[in-house]
Amino acid sequence: MSEKIKYFLERLSWVDIMVWLFGLAILVIAVIGVIGSIHNAYYTKEQWMDFVVFGISQGGVYALIALGYTLVYGILFMINFAHGDIFMAGAFTGYFLAAKLNQYGIYNSHPIISLLLIMLLAMVTSVVVALITERVAYRPLRKAPRLVPLITAIGASFTIEYTFRGLYGSGVEAYPDMKIFVGKTSVFGLRILKVHLLVIILSILLMAGLYAYVQYTKAGKAMRAVAEDKDVASLMGVDVDRVIVNTFILGAALAGIAGVLYALIFKQVHFFMGFIPGIKAFTAAVVGGIGNVPGAMLGGFILGIFEALGPGLILEGLGIPASYQLKDVIAFTLLVLVLIFRPTGLMGERLSEEKV
Amino acid sequence: MKKRWFILIAVVLLVAVVLAACGKSSYKCEDPYGCVNVAPGQPIKIGAALVLSGPNESLGVDSLGGVEIAVDDFTAANKDWLAKGKHSIQVVKEDSQCSAEGGQTAAQKLAADKSIVGVIGTNCSSAGEPASKILSDAHIPMISPSNTAPSLTAPKTHAECYLRTAHNDKVQGKAVAEFAYKVLGARTMATIHDGSPYAEQLQQVACDVFTQLGGKCVAQEAINVGDTDMRPVLTKIAATHPDVLYYPIFIQEGALITQQAKEVPGLEKTVLMGSDGMISPDFIKAAGKAAEGMYLSGPAAVNNEEFNKKYEAKYGQEPPSAFHLHAYDATMMLLDAIKKVAVVDKDGTIHIPRKALCQALFSTKNFKGLTGTLTCNQYGDCADPKININKIINGKYVPVWPKK
Repeated sequence: MSEKIKYFLERLSWVDIMVWLFGLAILVIAVIGVIGSIHNAYYTKEQWMDFVVFGISQGGVYALIALGYTLVYGILFMINFAHGDIFMAGAFTGYFLAAKLNQYGIYNSHPIISLLLIMLLAMVTSVVVALITERVAYRPLRKAPRLVPLITAIGASFTIEYTFRGLYGSGVEAYPDMKIFVGKTSVFGLRILKVHLLVIILSILLMAGLYAYVQYTKAGKAMRAVAEDKDVASLMGVDVDRVIVNTFILGAALAGIAGVLYALIFKQVHFFMGFIPGIKAFTAAVVGGIGNVPGAMLGGFILGIFEALGPGLILEGLGIPASYQLKDVIAFTLLVLVLIFRPTGLMGERLSEEKV
Repeated sequence: MKKRWFILIAVVLLVAVVLAACGKSSYKCEDPYGCVNVAPGQPIKIGAALVLSGPNESLGVDSLGGVEIAVDDFTAANKDWLAKGKHSIQVVKEDSQCSAEGGQTAAQKLAADKSIVGVIGTNCSSAGEPASKILSDAHIPMISPSNTAPSLTAPKTHAECYLRTAHNDKVQGKAVAEFAYKVLGARTMATIHDGSPYAEQLQQVACDVFTQLGGKCVAQEAINVGDTDMRPVLTKIAATHPDVLYYPIFIQEGALITQQAKEVPGLEKTVLMGSDGMISPDFIKAAGKAAEGMYLSGPAAVNNEEFNKKYEAKYGQEPPSAFHLHAYDATMMLLDAIKKVAVVDKDGTIHIPRKALCQALFSTKNFKGLTGTLTCNQYGDCADPKININKIINGKYVPVWPKK
């Protein structure tokens, strides 16, 4: 044990110490903020619970998108920056079906069927866009250095955004209200919007399904095999290209559903809507440990809750006015802290040492 | 040997051309900022830096219509003046977006083109701040049809050759506060801004006047452009139970607040108010039924039958926002000033001295425009500011105050 400590101290550099001190300082400030807020007692208990519920539902959407980042990263070690726009493609296309169904009154007379149809359309659109992106932008670069697909991913992102701008225009469209999801309900004494409840339940179900798929099916096994070592997996008879395509399909389908859920909560869709959720979901994936499926889910929920609670709980306690403007600061500070204290993410793979 | 002959001939030709040019032009530019020379057959170019894409596109489409119709009207009325050198008027469009970066890019592109005489734009004050500085540095006058932030024409911060035909928000903020206090009977107000100069300054003016009247500003919050989840900030505001919630921001975030405010407990009785940044059918479309009954302040001069007819004939739709008449007036003011200071040469070349143009604009007095009678002060405020409060009834903006 003492040898380990000695080894640890030898490797400790000034930079590490400074970075840790910086991280600790942020934590101390955060704790002061929390104490200040609790002391202020500005919000009631119900309002705190509201914040948590807002955070969980937002987090559910982040988590669904984050899964797409994490799945692709786990297998290809590349960050698919076009993923946010794949999410947009589904949500935006779904809008047109929603508007048509609403026009004929089916939207509110058969809400569950309409919702399923919209989700199906959104999934299919997202999957098609993702497959085209994979075929055109990523597959030819499979053997290229890792920076190259990253750049093409950014290019793909712009291409998708502006293609959809050309297709659907640059205006903001709004999903119609689905009557059965308007209003509040209460679960375990928590007041919660019906839309939020739907989003939370659906996202948790989907994540559980995905986890089961990856862990317990043959295709999931192949996926994990490719993630661990592409070459060896292909020697064992795994069709690597097909597994990669499968991964993109899975990620895109989840993004498509996430797009519809997002649109149910926030109503508005436009061609640029994927950018910020994309960045946030990427942050969530990194916080949870990129490449790790349960990590992405955890990261999404944690990020959502932090964003919703942070301004009220931390910033206001520090006496910062108009604190909600700094919501993103909370999200990215969380990222910085995680990267300082756990560079591989909260549930990040501890494989690296074993691999070496 | 041949080569030398060639050079000699070239030199002779060059001298001849220079002499010929001197002989032809009787005009010598003495303006300290230089002149724009428009050769015969060339168009007189004016820039239009407006929001031409994104969620606030309707603001730009609206103004651009005003600019283009003004150009048509001016061309029709000044045929003889333009015919001498076979000139026309060309509108160079740039997308200034609704952001500082957009304004900067558009202004730099326009400033780089030395043949641009003046610029109409921008729509958003956030774009106007950098654009006004860049264009003034390039000695290009800029007239905005819809920048309303007070700082743009404040004595200390205004740009040298920046003017506007839109109202100053000192007027609009006051109208909002008075309406809320006197007509709605509100005593507490909460505001939300998005960090843009327009929203931040407007809500501040409204709050200040509201406080002077005897009311209380119970919360001044802010969000980011691009935020979607407004429920946390609304929950915070709900804790103060304001009578009025005023958020003078733009279409996308404004629509989200409008929708989500209905779902936050504690805001059921709060009256929602916004301003001219959200006057657009796109806002109604995005906010849906939640917008019903909301109040929005905006310029009173919106409907002009003759203009609307021209607009519909040209674009097949009604003007989508509130500043098309301001854009028309701004363009007319600019073109009139150009005509006033321009010198037409014998061969038809039009010389436009830049400093004189700027001075001519600032000395605009009793200009009969579609928005009223415009007189510019030394800081660039030209508007004849009249503010209406509109209520959204059945998806339409209906003026409800001041009563006629």
